[in-house]
Amino acid sequence: MSDQRNLSVEIAGVQFKNPVMTASGTFGSGMEYSEFVDLSRLGAVVTKGVANVPWPGNATPRVAEVYGGMLNAIGLQNPGIDVFCERDLPFLKEYDTNVIVNVCGKSIQDYVEVVERLGEEKSVSMLEINVSCPNVKEGAIAFGQKASALEEITREVKRHAKQPVIMKLSPNVTDITEMARAAESAGADAISLINTITGMKIDVYRRRFVLANKTGGMSGPAIKPVAVRMVYQASHAVKIPVIGMGGILTGEDAAEFLLAGATAVAVGAANFFDPQASVQVLEGLESYLERTNVRDVRDLIGAVEE
Amino acid sequence: MTESGRKKKKARVMAQTQIAPGIYDLRLRWEDAKLARPGQFVMVYPECAATLLPRPISICETDPEGAQLRLVYRVAGAGTKEFSALGPGEEVSILGPIGNGYDLTGLSGKEVLLLGGGIGIPPMLELAKTLEGKARSVTAVLGYRDDHLFLAADLEDYAQVLVATEDGSLGTKGNVLDAIRVNEVTADAVCACGPMPMLRAIKEYALGLDIPAYLSLEERMACGVGACLGCVTKTAKEDPHSHVNNARVCTEGPVFECREVLL
Repeated sequence: MSDQRNLSVEIAGVQFKNPVMTASGTFGSGMEYSEFVDLSRLGAVVTKGVANVPWPGNATPRVAEVYGGMLNAIGLQNPGIDVFCERDLPFLKEYDTNVIVNVCGKSIQDYVEVVERLGEEKSVSMLEINVSCPNVKEGAIAFGQKASALEEITREVKRHAKQPVIMKLSPNVTDITEMARAAESAGADAISLINTITGMKIDVYRRRFVLANKTGGMSGPAIKPVAVRMVYQASHAVKIPVIGMGGILTGEDAAEFLLAGATAVAVGAANFFDPQASVQVLEGLESYLERTNVRDVRDLIGAVEE
Repeated sequence: MTESGRKKKKARVMAQTQIAPGIYDLRLRWEDAKLARPGQFVMVYPECAATLLPRPISICETDPEGAQLRLVYRVAGAGTKEFSALGPGEEVSILGPIGNGYDLTGLSGKEVLLLGGGIGIPPMLELAKTLEGKARSVTAVLGYRDDHLFLAADLEDYAQVLVATEDGSLGTKGNVLDAIRVNEVTADAVCACGPMPMLRAIKEYALGLDIPAYLSLEERMACGVGACLGCVTKTAKEDPHSHVNNARVCTEGPVFECREVLL
């Protein structure tokens, strides 16, 4: 009966063949992982953050392992929108999957520049606006920790965007529902959460910070309960679709986010633990649907019993 | 199931011994051994859910016909501690070979100097083996903390071996450059792997002699496939990926000619 099973979902008018995407920053622009997985099997490839100009990122060490996860402080190293459009987009175009471009910037004008440029690109299905990277000094998270700032950038981006807009929210806030509502009221078509949780690791023998940036964003299975809770709260606070992420390793993890209220999910740090993780999560979700006799994946969305 | 070329694969442990304090010699049956070049590395995945990131470990030696891989590594944390407990018949997940490896075309016919410091010594073995008959001569200078040597005897099959120890208990007291000076070693190309202060000193040495030096760099890694941009190193010229003079050690490296990188 698996041929009758529905895996497809819709977000802001965009059809996804299944609800499994990649989380921005963990999958490059897909090229590096195309050797390991068939990108056409995924609901979407969400690219690493792209800015209007190349960004060099932070000093090394940029990554550290922590119990059940990792910290990163890459600082959004990226080649800028020109190289992205000339090299990465044509590559992604060859696959039968939605392309969601993650956009980062230091000022509203930076974001708008990238958003306008991508408006000409037919192969881009959606934009994900990164207002939640904890590892850059200006911009990014500064827009994602104050409801008024989030509203302003959402409104400006929406004014210039040709594609539907996802606002990617930070968990480093007191009340996630306030941020979710701010994004919705300013016109966001969807929200995605959670970005990484700000953390720190100290080498006690050397008495030094492990990361050159001192702080980094924590990801991996250790943060999953926090992410599930926030996805649950946010999806109850707004009507727009929620894309859930944070520590997904298995098909059951994906199902947990859907039950909490997410319409789709993204696989992040798990790609580092196994380069085939994205497709393995999809296969795990398919097998979960089969085992629990669910015919339509949409029946899981927000279906946790109260 | 997933259709793809590369993936992490199980390798079966054939034997494992401790060859110096904290230094383990792991021999694996690995179907991709034939693909490996000297200076490349593999990602080894711990099973424990608390330590999920793979550990980059340099390839010490391969036997393509026998599909064998030899890894010599130091126990540095929870992941390598888990690996050190592996016994014959057990399996471990491996991804590789990864990275560019040493440029052998630039070394043929040359008087090649291999410099290994501590846990930077293992990749020198496969390199020395490969250079046999190609290089005009191969001298390996190996730096250790003390008289607990490892792989020096293995290297003697393919190279003239000199030893430096920090405590002076064997060979020249000091580092590999002290041993080069004391023994008046000459060379027209250098390949090195070891801690950053050693690599910086070797860069100075090579610039002074106006000879090429190929350095294998180490950096904290997450993915090992070029996606996370965790393991970058500053480069003199624009890097091919991000165009921001930050090359990925896992993909553009780990081996760089010393003039390409700002150490």
